[in-house]
Amino acid sequence: MTDLANQIITGLSIASILLLVSLGLAIIYGVMGVINLAHGDFLMLGAYAVWLMESALGLGFLPCLVMVFFIVGAIGWLVERTLIRHLYGRPLDTILATWGIGIILQQAIRLSAGAQLRYVKMPDYLVNPLHLLGLDISAYRLLIFSVTIVLVAVTYILIFHTSFGIRLRAVMQNAEIARCFGINNARIYSLTFAYGAGLAGLAGALVSPLKSVSPDMGTKYVVDAFLVVVSGGVQSLFGTVASAGIIGELSGGFAYFWNDTLARALLFFLVVVLIRFRPQGIFAMPLRRG
Amino acid sequence: MNRRSLLKGAMGLGAAGAAGFPHIWIKSADMAYAAGGEIKIGILYSLTGTTAIIETSLNHATLMAIDEINAAGGVHGKKLVPVVEDPESDPATFAQKARKLVLSDRCVSVFGSYTSASRKAVLPVFEKYNNLYWYPTLYEGRECSQNVIYTGAVPNQQQKEFVPWLVKNFGKRFYLIGSNYIYPKEENNVCKILLKQLGGEVVGEEYVPLGHSEFSSVIQKFQDTKPNVIFSTVVGDSVVALHRQYKAAGLDPAKMPMASLTTSEEEIAAMGGEFAAGHFTSAPYFMSYDSPENKKFVESYQKRWGADKVTNFVSEPAYFQVHLFAKAAAKLGASDLHPAEIRKAAWGETVQAPEGLVKIDPDNSHTYLWPKIGEAQANGQFKIIEQSKEWVKPLPYWAYEGEVCTPTGMMEKKS
Repeated sequence: MTDLANQIITGLSIASILLLVSLGLAIIYGVMGVINLAHGDFLMLGAYAVWLMESALGLGFLPCLVMVFFIVGAIGWLVERTLIRHLYGRPLDTILATWGIGIILQQAIRLSAGAQLRYVKMPDYLVNPLHLLGLDISAYRLLIFSVTIVLVAVTYILIFHTSFGIRLRAVMQNAEIARCFGINNARIYSLTFAYGAGLAGLAGALVSPLKSVSPDMGTKYVVDAFLVVVSGGVQSLFGTVASAGIIGELSGGFAYFWNDTLARALLFFLVVVLIRFRPQGIFAMPLRRG
Repeated sequence: MNRRSLLKGAMGLGAAGAAGFPHIWIKSADMAYAAGGEIKIGILYSLTGTTAIIETSLNHATLMAIDEINAAGGVHGKKLVPVVEDPESDPATFAQKARKLVLSDRCVSVFGSYTSASRKAVLPVFEKYNNLYWYPTLYEGRECSQNVIYTGAVPNQQQKEFVPWLVKNFGKRFYLIGSNYIYPKEENNVCKILLKQLGGEVVGEEYVPLGHSEFSSVIQKFQDTKPNVIFSTVVGDSVVALHRQYKAAGLDPAKMPMASLTTSEEEIAAMGGEFAAGHFTSAPYFMSYDSPENKKFVESYQKRWGADKVTNFVSEPAYFQVHLFAKAAAKLGASDLHPAEIRKAAWGETVQAPEGLVKIDPDNSHTYLWPKIGEAQANGQFKIIEQSKEWVKPLPYWAYEGEVCTPTGMMEKKS
């Protein structure tokens, strides 16, 4: 019984990290149709921003998180304004451009902060595990889990219960008609991109004390994030949440019964089979597009 | 320009070329290895890409040793001139840059590589052109090239004292965890042989993908199987993730320590000392080792490359192997300076390294080293708990009965 409970918690923990790293991508990809290969590198920027603020300014971890969201968001906004906005409707070009941005960001960090692994401190009160219901649960993983839930809730409210969200959904459904109704598409796009980038930065900051910080750390997260977004169904927030949950529990289970190497291969295999038979993802919304 | 003048011009150029660069045309042009008061040596460590993190420190240690040798007057009054190439953590690029260093720069030796994959990729180049490669990393053994000098530890030097010590102090149940490639698998083979001799037991053996950072499933298996020792050959940034998640899950190093062959000061600096404290590493060198040579090594390294930098068990051999090279080259006359001659001169050569006096074994071109066991401390340094009483002979085929490395290549002993 404890084994099963432990296994479910392991899966949930993996799932929450997956959801955290893919939320920003889901929004950028879903709303704007931009395949943002620099997503992982925004994540990496977030981790480095925390490192810099902790080591140079001596700030605490939690205040850093708030600032990281705005810093990386601002960088995202800048990238959208200067480059991405010239490439809407040209998916292949955006793939190339965002990949290039990723390389530029990686090398910029390598040249300025150095190539070695960097140390981000885990807050002392979160290092030791909590005893809940007879189980040892990592306090830090619990923090990640809670922040992820809060972020999903905030994103949900932003999209479905604010006037910004109404405009955003209008642009998603039909950009031309939305513009006829006086919606400033360019502004919606750049804010959305900034929000997605900010979420990526926040994700990078949150995983950095549990994992490691290096210039090329983004590469593996961007793969995970695409896995989640594609199998969940583009443009579906619920799909992203659900697919992160499923993939997390599956990879935890596979890794437990066999090993992590096999778990990863199996997971990729399942996703390939899935998109062969259901290219729109598991939870795609039936949506009329212009 | 008509065809005739073009031909004339080309002939003229050709003649000038033959006069200007005789070594292109004359086969025995060994004097070119020490031409113009300089001795060129190649430096082949990645400065970009996946393993740049550690290889940059090897590049730094090598350059520092070269400067020391030049400051002391060089070799035969000639300066060592490093030709630095960046192979970008990519084995194919390693081979390409190695070819450039050997053929076009005419380096008399090349110092390089961290991963076994990159070493295997450059081997054909050095064997084909009979040049010499100096490899500083601890590795899995089972190689016997006549064109490589190996200065890192092989499995018998890291494990033969370590595993019995672990069994004695913690118990016989081992969980083997490693990254999924050749090095961890070969090391674990050796560990299993030793455990069998000691009556130990392997309760789990698992390999995670390179760069893996999600260890919650692995940690749950630790909790289920309750081993006495977690024997880790996980490499790179995975080391950092594993240690942090181990502590966050509430496991206790006093009851179930991780015993590693790969965790160095470099990784501990990145994870934070409190996550490493209480775990063990076996290696010939630790930054905290108390010797005059090491004090000087650490001081000049931090002075040159930054006070926050650490030295480790790979950068130390990268440093002392350049001194071994210089001593071997100094034994030869300037006109004898040739990779094959340097290899022979290096056999039996010793140097007072930061870890102690080391010697290149004439039997197999590996190096006699001083195995130590260190316990990681919260301050990021190792406390040295055990060290071997004498240097330990390298046995690259230790786990393979009947196979021996000799100066003329691998031999199978007929029994």
